[in-house]
Amino acid sequence: MDNRRFRFHWKTNTFAWLLLLPSLLFLFLFTFYPIAKTVKLSLFQADLATLVPVFIGLDNYTNLIGDEVFWKVMSNNLWFAIGTVPTSIILAILMAIYCNKAMRGTSMVRISFFYPTMIPMIAVANVWLFIYTPQYGLLSRLMKSIGQGDINWLGSPQYVMWAMVIMVVWKEAGYFMIFFLAGLQNIPHDLYESAQVDGVGRWTVFRKITFPLLMPTTLFVSIVALTNSFKLVDHIMIMTKGGPNNASNLLLYYIYESAFSFWDQGMASTLTVVMIGVLLLFATLNFFGLDKKIHYR
Amino acid sequence: MRLISNMSNKTILASLCLMLSITACSNNTAAPEDQSSATVSPSTAVNETNKDEKVELTFYYPIAVGGPLTATVEGMAQEFTKQNPNITIKPVYTGSYADTAVKTQAGVQSKNPPDVAVLQSTELFSLLDMDAIIPLDDYIAEEGGDSYLSDFYPAFLSNSQTGGKTYSIPFQRSTIVLYYNKDLFQAAGLDPEKAPQTWDEMRDYAKKLTKDGTWGLEIPVSGYAYWMLQTFALQNGNNLMSEDGKKVMFNTPENIEGLQYWSDLAKKDKVVPEGVTEWGTVPSDFLEGKTAMMYHTTGNLSNVKKNAKFNFGVSFLPKNKSYGSPTGGGNMYIFKDIDKKKQDAAWKFVQFMTETERAAQWSMDTGYVAVKKSAYETERMKKYTTDFPAALVARDQLEYAAAELSTHNNGKVIKALSDPIQAVLTGSMTPEEALNKAQEEADKALAPFNK
Repeated sequence: MDNRRFRFHWKTNTFAWLLLLPSLLFLFLFTFYPIAKTVKLSLFQADLATLVPVFIGLDNYTNLIGDEVFWKVMSNNLWFAIGTVPTSIILAILMAIYCNKAMRGTSMVRISFFYPTMIPMIAVANVWLFIYTPQYGLLSRLMKSIGQGDINWLGSPQYVMWAMVIMVVWKEAGYFMIFFLAGLQNIPHDLYESAQVDGVGRWTVFRKITFPLLMPTTLFVSIVALTNSFKLVDHIMIMTKGGPNNASNLLLYYIYESAFSFWDQGMASTLTVVMIGVLLLFATLNFFGLDKKIHYR
Repeated sequence: MRLISNMSNKTILASLCLMLSITACSNNTAAPEDQSSATVSPSTAVNETNKDEKVELTFYYPIAVGGPLTATVEGMAQEFTKQNPNITIKPVYTGSYADTAVKTQAGVQSKNPPDVAVLQSTELFSLLDMDAIIPLDDYIAEEGGDSYLSDFYPAFLSNSQTGGKTYSIPFQRSTIVLYYNKDLFQAAGLDPEKAPQTWDEMRDYAKKLTKDGTWGLEIPVSGYAYWMLQTFALQNGNNLMSEDGKKVMFNTPENIEGLQYWSDLAKKDKVVPEGVTEWGTVPSDFLEGKTAMMYHTTGNLSNVKKNAKFNFGVSFLPKNKSYGSPTGGGNMYIFKDIDKKKQDAAWKFVQFMTETERAAQWSMDTGYVAVKKSAYETERMKKYTTDFPAALVARDQLEYAAAELSTHNNGKVIKALSDPIQAVLTGSMTPEEALNKAQEEADKALAPFNK
């Protein structure tokens, strides 16, 4: 009897493991193994001066603390996140509410809001490179026509970050809108009807019904937006190469530079470990902090 | 109704995993496996050249200037196989110079390097530190040693040589020249046949040429700040680094003066746009008439010739103590860790690609300077240069040209210099502070090589 139950357990377990195997295999190959390897390499000096990597313990991490470019990059990334995440989420909600209204031409509006998402980042960067070009770029002409001076957006340290933020918000908001649109359509109509019967104002409806019920979507979108703000790097390659003087450099681009321009793989791994740490921190905060406060129906 | 929350948790988890795998992957390519430097070349077994044995060579090459050049390169490779039926060339277009360097590095570490590749001439020390390339002196000796090398322009060879050995053969090389718009010169009352010769003249000319909507001069910055500083350094006396690639001389009074001159053009004289000017927009500004003059690579000559709707001239960069420009561009390298037979075949290919007639044709196709002196004696080149004398300017300037900035730990050293230059041009540092900082950072990056 016992034996049979054991076999039954064993059978179901094996079946479950078999089902999981393909994804586990890929997870292991492309996620866990590289992470372990990266953590290991971050403890080594592996650059052009050392043909065979030398174990140096935590020296890479101590060097990082003294590296002013690293701190510059981290604060840039922070500002980039602060600039892009809330703005694109608020815009996305507004756009979704607008698109959700039953009226003529909605699909046109939806498409026009969504289309920046469909363009590859490299193409977007090239388009915006032209928009930001001094003298004859689109923005420059616009500013001249309203009698303003010419600004070299990408060439000045005080503007370059804003230029990037605006572009990324433009690119991302439409994508997030889709999630909010789905969220909105999941909210039962009778809630709005009863609110209408009670004569509740529009702002209160949004505050008490729409926004709380959209919260799961907002959580999801905010994680995606936050991680995106650390993942986006293509545009830097095209537009500024991190300049002027690192004013637009972000963590992932600095990792790329360390690995493929300085060939300093120990340091690149160390930076990657920092990056993984930051991303895991966001995930944990969202899961264990915000998640508890969210009202699921 | 916990269903929804479960659902979204899963999606979140999935997206998180995806994102981790993306970041991890991008790093994994860089991870060095066991980098054992044990290189036992199997030369003993294959020294006798078997005539019937086929050799296939993988050839990495980047394209850095405009035009349908992949077809040209593939045509050259086929032509080579026609002449050497035993050797097939597999040309692999590998994107920009930086992409090519990344692919090559990945190949070297996975013990699967290309057999021969065109890489930036400044990669010399990086490739040596990776133990990736072979010296070519034995091959060169077979061809006649110094007499073979003397046909190459010395300014181009200087990036190939260190410690008395030659590691690469110049292939597509450039220098920086001054392009100027003759029509705008005329409109400003300047002699269109005479470009500014000195730093002072340049300032005067640029002042006269600067109008509303047109700059007097543009100097590209993004990505190439160090290269442009080299022009001012060389014109003011000295290059930025030592021949062994272990020392840099950034913060000399001459270089500070040079950088001061550059930043004054923007800040004081207001004849050059302030801040960081994009490398790629400078030629379009020039073609649009938004700048009357520009510093740019000779590699752009064909582009300007084809697209300029006005008369333009090309001249030496203006001098201070002397004329001067760094060289740039790519050389051909032969790799270690491959069969001796393949290396021999690769050498044949390198020679074929840099043959006098072919060097002349390649120069005409691209705008690069032909790497051999004899190329300018060929009929086709003579005809081309009589019709288009501008093509000779870069060649003539070679007399005053010197090696492009190339040191050990080159990536870091270049960034150590380029960032502070950008800081000067955007107004957050003085030239002296900037070059002192550059010197300090570069010394740090070079310290392990000076032990």
